[in-house]
Amino acid sequence: MIRHWPGALAAALVVALALGTLAAVALRAEGWTALQSADWAAVRFTLLQATLSALFSVGLALPVARALARRQFPGRRALVTLMGAPFILPVIVAVLGLLAVFGRNGLISHILGVFGLPPIHIYGLHGVVLAHVFFNLPLATRLILHGWLSIPGERFRLAASLGFGPRETFRLLELPMLRAVLPGAALVIFLICTTSFAVALALGGGPRATTVELAIYQAFRFEFDLGHAALLGLVQVAICATAAALARGASLPAEMGGGLDRAVQRWDAGATQLKLIDAIATCLAAAFLLTPLGAVVADGLAGITRLPGAVLWAAGRSLAVALAAAALTLALALPLAVFIHNAGRAGSALAETVAYLPVATSPLVIGVGLFIVIFPFADPVSLALPVTALVNAVMSLPFVMRAILPALTEAEAAYGRLADSLGMKGLTRLRIFLLPRLARPLGFATGLAAALSAGDLGVVALFVDPAEATLPLYLYQLMASYRMEEAAGAALVLLALSLGLFVAFDRGGRLGAQA
Amino acid sequence: MALRLEQLHLRLGDFTLDADFEVPARARVAVIGPSGAGKSTLLAAIAGFLKPESGRILWEGRDITALPPGKRPLSILFQDNNLFPHLTARQNAALGIRPSLRLSDEEWARVDTALARVGLAGLGDRRPAALSGGQQGRVALARMLLRRRSLMLLDEPFAALGPALKADMLDLVAEIVEAEGMTALLVSHDPEDARRFAPLTVVVAEGRAAPPAPTEALLGNPPPALAAYLGNGA
Repeated sequence: MIRHWPGALAAALVVALALGTLAAVALRAEGWTALQSADWAAVRFTLLQATLSALFSVGLALPVARALARRQFPGRRALVTLMGAPFILPVIVAVLGLLAVFGRNGLISHILGVFGLPPIHIYGLHGVVLAHVFFNLPLATRLILHGWLSIPGERFRLAASLGFGPRETFRLLELPMLRAVLPGAALVIFLICTTSFAVALALGGGPRATTVELAIYQAFRFEFDLGHAALLGLVQVAICATAAALARGASLPAEMGGGLDRAVQRWDAGATQLKLIDAIATCLAAAFLLTPLGAVVADGLAGITRLPGAVLWAAGRSLAVALAAAALTLALALPLAVFIHNAGRAGSALAETVAYLPVATSPLVIGVGLFIVIFPFADPVSLALPVTALVNAVMSLPFVMRAILPALTEAEAAYGRLADSLGMKGLTRLRIFLLPRLARPLGFATGLAAALSAGDLGVVALFVDPAEATLPLYLYQLMASYRMEEAAGAALVLLALSLGLFVAFDRGGRLGAQA
Repeated sequence: MALRLEQLHLRLGDFTLDADFEVPARARVAVIGPSGAGKSTLLAAIAGFLKPESGRILWEGRDITALPPGKRPLSILFQDNNLFPHLTARQNAALGIRPSLRLSDEEWARVDTALARVGLAGLGDRRPAALSGGQQGRVALARMLLRRRSLMLLDEPFAALGPALKADMLDLVAEIVEAEGMTALLVSHDPEDARRFAPLTVVVAEGRAAPPAPTEALLGNPPPALAAYLGNGA
């Protein structure tokens, strides 16, 4: 009755890309003894920066989430939405914004200069951690806020009737929730930061601030040492897999941020002092997120008139890659979701594991693996853009699945029997029933995949001929050659491209979702 | 005999239900009993959504136990979600001809005729959200007409309607069943529905679905299980 082969095919493709490339890398890798002291330094740095990033993100998110959980104020909804934005923000654009604020010639250095103090340095460990906190503080805030809002309002009412003060409320209601939520949030962020490439590329580097991903790139691109790159790839996979195993069960970023736009009424938090603390926390968080973005827009507008024509070509390539990646993600995600829904318990659990596998893999390792596989047959450089789209698609898969799988389950629960009784099968079922019912999450997921791909600076740096760069890579090249004005203009174009793609698809999905 | 349940044994977790009876062709049968007794479970099994533990389901002598729901010679109306909210009334009805919605002009004309017959002429372009509960039920009936299957299963589809509207709908169903020569099974918890719609009634209680018996006689002199359900008011 239900055909399983499209889902099985999609699962096989994901496994081939995630694990098949790993096998190719393993076969090509040099022995473990070939690990040099610089490689061990990269391992140490990767773990250190990921640990610090996770701790700072979660620690700083705590007061922000608490304020959002217990205060209703104008702009609260906008702030919660803003907390979702960094997810689709191109890393390299954010780095440029952070440079404009925290860099040697940035806002803060200027202010320090007024008082005769020396400028601050952003490159190195603290710069990498700063950028990771910029990206993950919002994620941590959302995860913790979710935890806070999962405490039933009645419990706070009961606490108030029993005369609990802030201290008792914290100890008896909030602490148990935090104990359950914080470790998961920290582990997810740790996992994300272990595969950091673009941030380390732009703000790290040198023997003291190189992540394993960056070391893979350097071994591949500058030393032309495939065996060494492959060995580092295995190290990276070991780190990812361990972190993923630890973070298992902890949640991925929530799909639509639904349900976060209300605060719980509280009776224990009326003191002026607490209100002040909450106000400071939200203002600082908003400033921390908005100032770099504001700087990107302001500098970008100033530089937009001097954009080289190459920017447009790069933007065109990025657009093509993003659309291809989004289409591919859907082509993988839809059959997989249908398969997970219809297969027996064992098959469905296996397919779900496959769908979330990319969380625990490194895009650069997949890239190196694909290079090894493609090289005997074709020139990998000439296939750089299709390969980028493919890897982007696979990396977006877990987030897309998070968005569409619950919606599919819900649609099938409500209308599956009706469709069965009318004999809807295969493509007819997809066209008449599932696609229209899933229009909204599909639009969101497609927008997400397209935006992530448009802003991605990963595999593309590994393969591509600099003359054929996508916009993020071109932007990085401009930054690396200190052409900051042009970089600012290009960053604004990239920001508009990524956000525009997301908004266009998300809107389209909402319009397509009727009734 | 149209429908035959042969030593049918159903299981859903701890819950079991047995049925062994026949329903005459062109009969209208009410299925009544306490909530949770298994009325909907019985219909789900006949419609093909629940695989029986043992026993067979036959339609006009043909074993249909192993057929998928869409291939059975029947149409079913559920308690809710009988229409796809994203399709118009016309498209929803047209699913009865072909779920791909690729219809010839002549077939679309048949859809419009069916809609007119259930009193929805001119409302074909509305989506379910723009129709009243009764009108939504009529769209589903138009789809049944177009499907031209000989057995009609109704699982309390009009329970959310007010009494007068529900009576109207039951009369319309009875008229259609009569005119098309169909057989119909109607699940209801309301004995009034049985009186109005069905000359025959199946009582589902205490793990067993009893053979159809004349409705008036059954309600007038109920067996103990039914009497307990009906209470003194019946």
